[in-house]
Amino acid sequence: MSLTLLQVVVSGLLLGAVYALFSSGLTLIWGMMNVVNFAHGDFVMLGMYTAVVVWTAMGGGPWASVPVAAILIATLGVASYFLLVRHIMKGPMLAQILGTFGLALFLRYSAFNVFGANFRTLPDTLVGGSFVLGGIRFEGARVLAGAVGLIVTLALHFMLTRTMLGARMLAVSEDATAAQLMGIRPQRMQALAWALAGGATGIAGAVIATFFYTSPTVGETLAIVAFVTVSFGGFGSVLGALVAGLIIGVVESTSAYLIGPVYKDVIVYVLFVLVLWFRPQGLMGKT
Amino acid sequence: MLRISRRVLVAGAPLAVLGVADESFAQDVVKIGAVYPLSGNSASAGNYSKMAMEVGADVINNGNAELAKILPLAKGGGVPGLKGAKIELIFADNQGTPAAGQNQTLRLISEEKVAAIIGAYQSGITVTASAMAERYGIPFVTPESVASNLTERGFKWFFRVTPVAIDFAKAYSMFLKEQKAAGRKVDSVALVHENTEYGNSVSSVIAEVFAKDGLNITQKISYSANSTDVQPQVLQLKEKNPDVAIFISYTSDAILYTKTMKELNWKPAIMIADDAGFNDPSFVKTMSSLVEGLISRSAFAVGKPGTVPYIFNELFKKKADVDLDDVSARALEGFLVLADAINRAGSTEPAKIQAALKATNLPADQMVTGYDGVKFDDKGQNVLASSLITQMRGGQYVAIWPKARATADVILPYKGW
Repeated sequence: MSLTLLQVVVSGLLLGAVYALFSSGLTLIWGMMNVVNFAHGDFVMLGMYTAVVVWTAMGGGPWASVPVAAILIATLGVASYFLLVRHIMKGPMLAQILGTFGLALFLRYSAFNVFGANFRTLPDTLVGGSFVLGGIRFEGARVLAGAVGLIVTLALHFMLTRTMLGARMLAVSEDATAAQLMGIRPQRMQALAWALAGGATGIAGAVIATFFYTSPTVGETLAIVAFVTVSFGGFGSVLGALVAGLIIGVVESTSAYLIGPVYKDVIVYVLFVLVLWFRPQGLMGKT
Repeated sequence: MLRISRRVLVAGAPLAVLGVADESFAQDVVKIGAVYPLSGNSASAGNYSKMAMEVGADVINNGNAELAKILPLAKGGGVPGLKGAKIELIFADNQGTPAAGQNQTLRLISEEKVAAIIGAYQSGITVTASAMAERYGIPFVTPESVASNLTERGFKWFFRVTPVAIDFAKAYSMFLKEQKAAGRKVDSVALVHENTEYGNSVSSVIAEVFAKDGLNITQKISYSANSTDVQPQVLQLKEKNPDVAIFISYTSDAILYTKTMKELNWKPAIMIADDAGFNDPSFVKTMSSLVEGLISRSAFAVGKPGTVPYIFNELFKKKADVDLDDVSARALEGFLVLADAINRAGSTEPAKIQAALKATNLPADQMVTGYDGVKFDDKGQNVLASSLITQMRGGQYVAIWPKARATADVILPYKGW
C-alpha cells in the first residue's frame, strides 16, 4: 500500500470517528424512544456556534468550549423533550416527524437571525499544529476530534450496556409501562436520554468546529451523514454507529481517492443499500 | 382542483402584470424581484448581494448628491421615467436549489407581480429560474451567473451583465503564458471544480481554451460542493504535484480546501481560484491569512475617491461593515442596469422593459464594476464586460493584471500560510 493510500485510510478513519461522534446522539434518542430527531443536525450546528462564541468572547479553545457546549446542548435537549417531544409523542408518527423538523427550522433560522449567514472558522492553531508519524501526517484538530469520537461513543455504549442507569433506560425504551411498574420513572429516563444525546451532540459540534466551517446551514450537510451512519449501523445502536461511521469514513476517502470524489457518495450509498438489503435493521440494530 | 387553479394562475399572471402596467402613471412603486441564496451553503454571498442591491435601490429612491454628478438615476425621488415611482426590491430565497429557485421565481411573477427579475447567483439555479421568467415573458437579468450555456438557449427575456467563462479562461491563459515567458514553470495544470452547472461549464471552457493555447491540463478533479471532506482530493493533488492548480468552488468547499491544504501541507507554485467562494467576504475575513498570494479574478476594484465604485463602496461599508466584493459589486451593477432600463422604458410593462434592456448602452464611467460599459448582443450577453486578475495580499485582493489596470506587481510563488 502506497504511503498516500495509507494517509487516505488514516484520514478516513479519523473522519469516520467524527461521523460516529455526531451520530451517536441521534441513535441514542431513537434507541430510547423511537423518535427520529430531525433537528439533530441543528443541535450539532449550535454546538459548533458555542465553540465559535467561546473562542471569540474569551479566546477559549476546545478545553473551554467542549464542556460549555455539552451543558448547553444537553439543556436544549431536555427543554426540547419537555416542551415539544413529550407532547408530540402522543400524536401520530407524522406529528413526530413534523414536530422535530419544525424544531430544526426554528433553530436554523434563529441562528441566521443571531449569527448572520457568514461562514465562521476557528483559527487552525487552536488545537496545535500537525505532526508526522511514520510518513503519515496527523492534524491536531482531527486527531482530537477522532479521539473524542471514540471515547464518547464507547462511553455511551458502556453506560447503556453495563450500568444500572443504562439498564433502566433500556427498560423504559422496551416497555415504559412495565418499567414504571418496576419503579422507574419513564419521563425522567427519557429526559435523561435527551440530555445525554444533547451533551454528546454538543461535544461533537464543539470539536468539529475546530477543523470545519460553521454556518447556520451546516447542520443540513452533517445531518445527512448522521442519518446514513445511524441507519447503516442500526437505529438505536451506539456501537453500530461507531462501526458504521468508521466504515463510511474509510470507504468515502478511499473511493474518492481511487475512483474520484464525485463517485464517493455512489459507493457509500450502494454499500448502504446492500447492508439494508441483507440486514434491514442495520449492522448492529435489533430486529 | 389544484390543476385548475394553476391554469387560472398561468393565464392570469401576464394579464395581471399588464393590468398594473396600464395604470403605471398612477402607481408609486415598481417591484423588482430578486432570487438569491439567502439560506443554504451560499447564503453568505447571497446576503451580501442583497445588501448591495438595497444600497442601489436606496440611492435611486432617496438620492445621493455625489453620485448624482455621474449617475442620472441618483438624483433621488425614484425612477424619473415612471413619474418618480420608488423601486421596491422583493427578495426570494432560492435556498441553494434549482427547484426552489424556480418556485420562488414563479411566486414573484404570479403573486408579487414583479416587473422584472434579477438573480440567481448559482448558475445551476439561474438556469431554472430564468426558464420560468421566459415562459411568462418577464425580463430576467443575471448579474453574476457565468455558465456559458445560459445565453445559448435562444431566450428572448434573458440578459447577462457579467463577463463569462470564456473571458476568464482567456485571461487565465494569457496570464499563465506571461508567467511562462518570465521563466516560471507552468507545465502541468490541475483543474479542481465543483460539479454543478457553474463548475462544470467553467472548467470545460478553461480546458478548451488551455488546450488551444498549448497549456497542459494534467489533472481534472470534479467534486460535490456539499462535501464534508476534501482530504482525498488534496492528496490526489499532492501526489501529482502540478505546477498550477485552478479551483472553481463555492464558499463552504473553498474553506475546506484551504484548511485541508494546510493540514496536508501541499501547495502549488501558482494557485488560481475562480472567484466565487474564494471571493466571498466571509471567506476573505476568516481564511485570507492561509491563502496569501492566491490569484483570483474580479470585476471590482475600489478605485479613486469620487468615482462610482468608490462612492458605492463607502455606502455599502456603512451597511454591511465590509467592502464591496466582486460578487456583490456585480449584483449591484446588474440592479443598476435593470433600473436604467425600467427608467427608459417609462413603463412597468415587461415587453417595454425588454425593449429598453436590448437598447441599453451605458458608458464605462457609470460602472460600479470595471466593465467597459454595458451593451447586450442578440443573445443577451453584455459585450463590454471585462475582468481583472487579482492577487491576495495581506487580507485583500489587489489588481495585478492586465498591466494597464494593475495596482500591484505579481508576486510568485504562491505563499499560502
